[in-house]
Amino acid sequence: MLSPSTRSKLHPQIQAFHRKQSLKHAILIAIAITFASLVMGLPLLAIFFRAFEEGIAIYWQNIVEPDTIHAILLTVITAIIVLPVNIVFGVCAAWAVTRFKFPGRRALITIIELPFSISPIVAGLCYLLVYGATGLVGSYLDGWDIQLMFNLTGIVLVSLFVTCPFVARELIPLMEMSGQEQEEAALTLGANGWQTFWYVTLPNIKWALLYGAILANARVIGEFGAVSVVSGNIRGETMTLPLQVQLLYDDYNPTGAFAAATALTVIAIITLFLRSAIEARHPHRH
Amino acid sequence: MVSHPASASILNSGARRNALPRTVMPGFGLTLGTTLLFVMLIILLPLSGLFLQMVQLPPSDYIRIIMSERTLTALWVTVSAAALATVFNAFFGLLLAWVIVRYEFPGKRIVDALIDLPFALPTAVAGIALVALYDRNGWMGSLLSEMGLQVAYTWWGIALAMMFTSVPFGVRTVQPVLESLNEDFEEAARTLGASDFAVFRLIVFPQVLPSFIVGSSLAFARSLGEFGAVIFIAGNMPFKTEIASLLIMIRLEEYDYPAASAIAGTVLLMALITLILANIAQARASRHLQKEA
Amino acid sequence: MALSAKGITKFYGQNQILNGVDLDIRPGEFVALLGPSGSGKTSLLRIIAGLQFPEAGQIFFDGTDITGQEARKRQFGVVFQSYALFEHMTVADNVGFGMKMRPRRERPTKSDILDKIHQLLDMAGIAALADRYPGQLSGGQRQRVALARALAIDPRLLLLDEPFSALDSKIRKGLRTALREIQREVGTSAILVTHDQEEAFDVADRVAVMSDGRIEQFDEPEVLLKRPSSAFVADFLEKSADFQSQGAGI
Repeated sequence: MLSPSTRSKLHPQIQAFHRKQSLKHAILIAIAITFASLVMGLPLLAIFFRAFEEGIAIYWQNIVEPDTIHAILLTVITAIIVLPVNIVFGVCAAWAVTRFKFPGRRALITIIELPFSISPIVAGLCYLLVYGATGLVGSYLDGWDIQLMFNLTGIVLVSLFVTCPFVARELIPLMEMSGQEQEEAALTLGANGWQTFWYVTLPNIKWALLYGAILANARVIGEFGAVSVVSGNIRGETMTLPLQVQLLYDDYNPTGAFAAATALTVIAIITLFLRSAIEARHPHRH
Repeated sequence: MVSHPASASILNSGARRNALPRTVMPGFGLTLGTTLLFVMLIILLPLSGLFLQMVQLPPSDYIRIIMSERTLTALWVTVSAAALATVFNAFFGLLLAWVIVRYEFPGKRIVDALIDLPFALPTAVAGIALVALYDRNGWMGSLLSEMGLQVAYTWWGIALAMMFTSVPFGVRTVQPVLESLNEDFEEAARTLGASDFAVFRLIVFPQVLPSFIVGSSLAFARSLGEFGAVIFIAGNMPFKTEIASLLIMIRLEEYDYPAASAIAGTVLLMALITLILANIAQARASRHLQKEA
Repeated sequence: MALSAKGITKFYGQNQILNGVDLDIRPGEFVALLGPSGSGKTSLLRIIAGLQFPEAGQIFFDGTDITGQEARKRQFGVVFQSYALFEHMTVADNVGFGMKMRPRRERPTKSDILDKIHQLLDMAGIAALADRYPGQLSGGQRQRVALARALAIDPRLLLLDEPFSALDSKIRKGLRTALREIQREVGTSAILVTHDQEEAFDVADRVAVMSDGRIEQFDEPEVLLKRPSSAFVADFLEKSADFQSQGAGI
């Protein structure tokens, strides 16, 4: 982009060219910005506007309402359980798939990515069918009075389904591309498996791991459809925050719903920010 | 270890084969075992549950469920809205990606970050935000109703919600390809007299086509299954604005597992077919590219 | 015999990479595996290192059968073609890595480790680079770090996989000489894989000329030149000699 002073010194034909190009670019940019603001920016604004519509006092009242607090806690607990499991799974899967050759390797990678293509409602249904009280596994466990669905366990299980590809998906291309030479070197120097992983592999994958974990986390906290099916929607007990948002809305308490939504939105914005920051310093490959 | 037939005699003499470890890198048993256990319990078992339900369903029952007017309408509503959303996103996504990759402008970083909002924002939150915006009293809704258009509680609302949630697919799949484009080809075309649009159509687009296809198919598959963002703005009237996911949920609540499974399986099948077709189309488009290059 | 390999056979799927290879290395000897790409020389080296396992054959070191032994137990120093330095560790940490990985009972004290690191960096001529990161170093410097790191574990055998192929010829010559001096000083046997005849002849006591998964001839350089045992050996050495005498080696 030329500064006006520079441009004015150029040959008139060149000036005309730049003007035409700038106009074309400006139109495209304007369309893009309009699209982005209308489609993405407006909803964001609307959430906060509606939440604070009745004033800050009402907003705060809505936030500290016991059911909402419980929903926040349930969501946080789910995330705390699901995140480490995903990280361990992601690392194991990436190691197994990139450091060894075995029949079915490609199929395994495809299976791990399956949850991405499956609708959350369908996921919830699958879990009810198998782990519900009348399901394949569930009916068996029912005999021992173990209930997997319609409680925290069900929410955690289905959240695992929905988020398990995130970490693995970031690590696999990275570890495949960077090869295992550094690990081989570590082995020849006398390191065992754990030492090799801790001192050599982990430092190399830590940003991709963090990136995947942040995405997975955002997804766990925000998951709605799948959790909706398996949680049983028991007020004050098995409502995660997104479910609570729906409950408040359906109860004709939109301000309350939006207040709860602001908590989720803030987390989403933080996620975007972190993602952007990591991407800027450590661009990832797919 | 793969063994060559001719080497069998060598293998059986001399070397103590059973003493040799199978792998050099440590941790095979541990990592593969953990991975397989997890995959089995969390991914495969649940999916096989659905598969079993569907297999146990007599074909006549399946047809009865799917061909019922309510189911057919729901499927049609879902597919058509997803199609519109995808087409819209495919092109606007390409435009957005182009603008971000090629131009500098104030607020570019914010626009770039906003694009991922639909991925980061819970679908239920998106749902109520969209309804708030587009119902008769909303900022956009009031504008539109002055023009005689209604979006909320109609099929258009469904398409809108689906469009919102799949924006990232439309942008992020083509963005890296655009970033890595060699502008020499475009410059060469320009020197030969091609207009901007011709350059785009003949030089840029063919290179972007494979990822464009992938992005569109992912957007479509996602839209087919979208639930949270849609149900608030949809109106959810059976035979009119009911999406397939909601119908599955309703059948579940009625404990009609066979019906829920039948519909779920159908939606799943549609998504899978989309992805497979897209894979083939993408492979063909890439091959075509490589032949030229 | 320091190292004795007998009948080493290796397949990749349907391809036979090594076909019944025998190799005997004397203590303190410097041996070069010389041959064109695809001759199997790198595979042989990796099998000796324990980074691959053969389909058939045995390897003995100092009389012990190490055919199935894990790489980490062999105590062989390996220098990789692309150096494989740990990018997020300093040069000093790279060199000290092997010592720190020893089980607690056998591990030297912290100050002993530091002393040894400095001693090795001095020997490799890179003492000033101790606190730098591999990303900040030139190719030749990285190679010296890789060598120092391999020597830090008091290796019973030194294995080098085309260590100089990525460097330009002036640096290559200097490093070659340094390597030879260090090897003589430390006294460990060494095996160097290369496709460069001048390099092999310059540095090695004996050279094994390889082709298509077999060792064609294994002799001192002068013997190879005067009495090539096969047409391949004669051709290969002549071709490489021609190539180099045309000034390409300078």
